[in-house]
Amino acid sequence: MDVAIVKYNAGNIGSVENAVKRLGIEPVVTDNVELIQSADRVIFPGQGEARSTMNYLKAHRLDEVIVSLKQPVLGICIGMQLLCRHSEEQDTDCLGVFDVDVKRFMPQRHEEKVPQMGWNTIEDVKSELFAGFERPEFVYFIHSFYVPTCDWTIATTDYIQPYSSALHKGNFYATQFHPEKSGKVGERILKNFIALK
Amino acid sequence: MLAKRIIPCLDIKDGQTVKGTNFVNLRQAGDPIELGKLYSEQGADELVYLDITASHEGRKTFTELVKRIAQEINIPFTVGGGINELSDVDRLLNAGADKVSINSAALRRPELIDEIAKNFGSQVCVVAIDAKCEDDMVHENGDPQIDGDWVCYVNGGRVPTQYKLFDWAKEVNERGAGEVLFTSMNHDGVKRGFADAALRKLTDTLTIPVIASGGAGAKEHFRNTFINGNSDAALAASVFHFGEIPIPELKQYLRDEGVNVRI
Repeated sequence: MDVAIVKYNAGNIGSVENAVKRLGIEPVVTDNVELIQSADRVIFPGQGEARSTMNYLKAHRLDEVIVSLKQPVLGICIGMQLLCRHSEEQDTDCLGVFDVDVKRFMPQRHEEKVPQMGWNTIEDVKSELFAGFERPEFVYFIHSFYVPTCDWTIATTDYIQPYSSALHKGNFYATQFHPEKSGKVGERILKNFIALK
Repeated sequence: MLAKRIIPCLDIKDGQTVKGTNFVNLRQAGDPIELGKLYSEQGADELVYLDITASHEGRKTFTELVKRIAQEINIPFTVGGGINELSDVDRLLNAGADKVSINSAALRRPELIDEIAKNFGSQVCVVAIDAKCEDDMVHENGDPQIDGDWVCYVNGGRVPTQYKLFDWAKEVNERGAGEVLFTSMNHDGVKRGFADAALRKLTDTLTIPVIASGGAGAKEHFRNTFINGNSDAALAASVFHFGEIPIPELKQYLRDEGVNVRI
């Protein structure tokens, strides 16, 4: 099983690499187009800001490469937001795999701090990504922008309002939370992604 | 709903976990990575690794240990101690830390907070504040001293500054910190509960999460800081290191008390 992790100007990529290694798989962290295209699984991770990461992807032609991938792809956090159509963060046009726009959290009460940082539950899960889940499980989030619920939603989370904590369309999967930091639950999600048919 | 977080703190000296009472009398309490894994399996929500001697000895933090922690631990962790400049932050984040905690360096040069937020994002920047209430009227029980002057200290609680807790916390928030980790030096090591009145004032005022630290001695203290202090997270060391409060038992208790925790 060849797992490629897309290397670009986002933070936190090493955490995903470590998490995949803990599953007993040696991933390659790369921005090499051939290596990404030939991998069995591609993970598009990251923590960062939409405009600067999109600019980097375009400058390295990774934007075209990512949207044309045919194998299972998993976007994580900013990786998920970049797979959407547009982000309110710096008014950025994104990759457009998911036909939905990324919004900024607007707190309604003092307790609703932005970014959302910490553990929250994923509910209404419907995907092989969550195979074996029998109750709403806690996963780890850090984000200030969110994807509204839409046709591609495969998990929802409630923070300020219910929103998409995971998406799926064709060979593209994405999570707003960080499976690589979500303990045993996150490990199961990564295992399920690797095991996709 | 976002869960309240339980955070074991591992104070590190010479690669080992230690915990003192009021910052002195260090005792050995185990291997940092083994202990971290154990806590993670027991349901700790995050870990904090603090190089407690780094600040006053001018030592740089322990990048190699951080790399190993990042390889082994599958929950978020923060590192602190001896972080003086942006290059220290860069090195520790590259080694795999999720967040860095700065303390003395921020009080000496507050612009460091802005720089970290701008270069790496607010979410990685935890500002730790050690403060002591100079009011001698510390009560036997209940919640002491909110009205007295809380003075911020640097160098592991050794040197007082001119900064006052609530002013400094507000400035830290405005400069772009992602979280405040407030340790009451009056409460630390005494095991009579967290400084909940002061914490309440912080959580009512700030727009970022506040981690309560100093004073955990019983399960009720965690309940109280979450409910009365409205703390977003609670940090403790010795009650976990010496098995006085097992984390699974603590979380079940908190859930039974109506506190939203991850189980």
